[in-house]
Amino acid sequence: CSSGTRFPNGDGTDGEYVGFATLPNQVHRKSVKKGFDFTLMVAGESGLGKSTLVNSLFLTDMYRDRKLLNAEERITQTVEITKHVVDIEEKGVKLRLTIVDTPGFGDAVNNTECWKPVADYIDQQFEQYFRDESGLNRKNIQDNRVHCCIYFISPFGHGLRPLDVEFMRALHQRVNIVPVLAKADTLTPSEVERMKNKIREEIDHYGIRIYQFPECDSDEDEEFKLQDQALKESIPFAVIGSNTVVEAKGRRVRGRLYPWGIVEGNAMGGPVPAGTGTSRTPSPSCGPHAGGLGRGAGGAP
Amino acid sequence: MGRWELGHARFGERKSPPGRTACAAPWGAPPLLPARLLARPCSAAVPIPATFPVTGCILAATAADPAPPTALGSPRVCPRAGSSLEPQESSMEAPAMLEELPPGAAPGKGAHELFGYVGIEAVLDQMRVKTMKTGFEFNIMVVGQSGLGKSTMVNTLFKSKVSRKASQPGQEERIPKTVQLQSVTHVIEEKGVKMKLTVTDTPGFGDQINNENCWDPIIKYINEQYERYLREEILITRKRKIPDTRVHGCVYFVPPTGHWLRPLDLEFMRRLSKIVNVVPVIAKADTLTLEERAEFKQRIQQDLKAHAISVYPQEDFDEDPDDRLLNNVIREKIPFAVVGADQEHQVNGRRVTPGCTLTWVGALPTATSPQPALSCLAVENPMHCEFPMLRDLLIRSHLQDLKDITHNVHYESYRVRRLNESNRVALSPANGLPGKDEDDSNL
Repeated sequence: CSSGTRFPNGDGTDGEYVGFATLPNQVHRKSVKKGFDFTLMVAGESGLGKSTLVNSLFLTDMYRDRKLLNAEERITQTVEITKHVVDIEEKGVKLRLTIVDTPGFGDAVNNTECWKPVADYIDQQFEQYFRDESGLNRKNIQDNRVHCCIYFISPFGHGLRPLDVEFMRALHQRVNIVPVLAKADTLTPSEVERMKNKIREEIDHYGIRIYQFPECDSDEDEEFKLQDQALKESIPFAVIGSNTVVEAKGRRVRGRLYPWGIVEGNAMGGPVPAGTGTSRTPSPSCGPHAGGLGRGAGGAP
Repeated sequence: MGRWELGHARFGERKSPPGRTACAAPWGAPPLLPARLLARPCSAAVPIPATFPVTGCILAATAADPAPPTALGSPRVCPRAGSSLEPQESSMEAPAMLEELPPGAAPGKGAHELFGYVGIEAVLDQMRVKTMKTGFEFNIMVVGQSGLGKSTMVNTLFKSKVSRKASQPGQEERIPKTVQLQSVTHVIEEKGVKMKLTVTDTPGFGDQINNENCWDPIIKYINEQYERYLREEILITRKRKIPDTRVHGCVYFVPPTGHWLRPLDLEFMRRLSKIVNVVPVIAKADTLTLEERAEFKQRIQQDLKAHAISVYPQEDFDEDPDDRLLNNVIREKIPFAVVGADQEHQVNGRRVTPGCTLTWVGALPTATSPQPALSCLAVENPMHCEFPMLRDLLIRSHLQDLKDITHNVHYESYRVRRLNESNRVALSPANGLPGKDEDDSNL
């Protein structure tokens, strides 16, 4: 590790070499061995494509044995919290992913305080972490705190609905909220723009603090800065999830096949289509800002 | 002799349908009266001159004809040799046929053939002219959460800007705190036929956090319209044409979740299908692929059946087997998956109207072609969405049926309820009803 790396002094000559520049590598190796934990919560009315998006984000099938309720069961349905845990590994890096789902949210006729079970769950996880942290044996603390909550906004309305506002207001102090415009293939590009502007306005108007991506360092290269800027401007992300692979012009892509055309879900290996932001969504959670989400959750009151 | 031949030859052709076409004499000989009428006793009301220009159709028997068929001497007027029919056949046939023809039967029951052109079918033309002068009324209500495309759908249906948004342009969309009902009336005309169209919109439905009883204002409105009509109807001197503001059809927009009907949808449809014709549609159906659409429809149909909600076209009101066949085809497709769009677009130089252009990326944008490929969803294309079927149902084929069922079934049941209630409470004496009340209570 320390051999072969030379650090010049200010006057251009090689000075004494200490070797702590290898620290990041050591940290890297340790974390790779230890693995990462990430808890993601998805919330929103049913039928907005939450499960499909989760599956297409992580390219796994998390809801294989899910069954939809029949008519009688649905009338008396209340909001539940379900957890699915999956361990994924990519290039030697292990990730323990927990998806927290909220079936029944916003589905009843009377949805007053339907966010209460969600808020209670989040508080419970904080409480547990707090206890573990104050305990004597702190070696293996399980971090079950919710790191990020993706809130699905319906594209069919005219901006935020009263339920959306209430949910986000109740939870923005507790968890990082990333609003997402679901089923965006319903909207034409101009409609997408209009909706996004409307939603951003309303978020400001109601004083909702959604997750702000941290500013990138000034010494990052231009391309990254531009990308970061574009990322920030396209909140809320307009997403399309897809579980199926369709043929398009001789290529196999994840997409949705309609009689009038094909929609691409994640662009696999191709350039990002402007204006939809679908292939950008994986990057905030898994890319350079994932650490920020973790830190944010820890620091939130 | 020849005359009787012709008459009996005509009788022999029983299979030909009555009406003008059957009366065209296939033979070149001058048409004559059938033997039956001539053999009738002269007490027949209408003496028919021999030169009366009729073809080979039978005039319907006059009501004044008292003579029983057996009194007719037609067996005696069997054709001699030379007629197309065998003598014994015709003699056997004639009495049988004459028994079939009831002597005093009222005309027009379908069993009688005419042997002349009467002109009954001209009544259709008269009706047409009259209705064109008076025009039609049609009241439709659209219900659903905001943003599902109700106003756009109405505009697309009637190909003109008839929704409430068109009449208040530039107003921003705000979700009202309670359900409001806004009616907009337009008179639209096509090929000389005028229609007074009233569209009632329900902004605020299903948008709140607590949506309990959000259907109450709607039910109240519908009942108010029935009440208004009832009051006009039971007046002693009532108007010749009672203005009809009753809601003939209610189009309910189901959001395309793809899973099931929400409790709110079920509650609403259950209550309203009892008082008005409810037509459920899947709104913004371009969200669903074809398989998803088929699954969704199936689940909705199961749900409706499980909750015993009968949507239009209701099975109980099919009048005859033909109707039933037609309506069964429609019932399989309910709810229709519709997409509303009121903008015209150009695709490949051709105008596609109406439709919406969407950025479907059939090919990813590359360096040489940075614009993603566009494809267009044409609303009128039945492969893309079922909007044409909805339009046909509402306007082209079942409009009169909607009105009839509203008048004959829903309004009648409202009326029965109301009049039973008001048996205990006397209605205003100006209508002369207290007397009627007494009769009812004595019964």
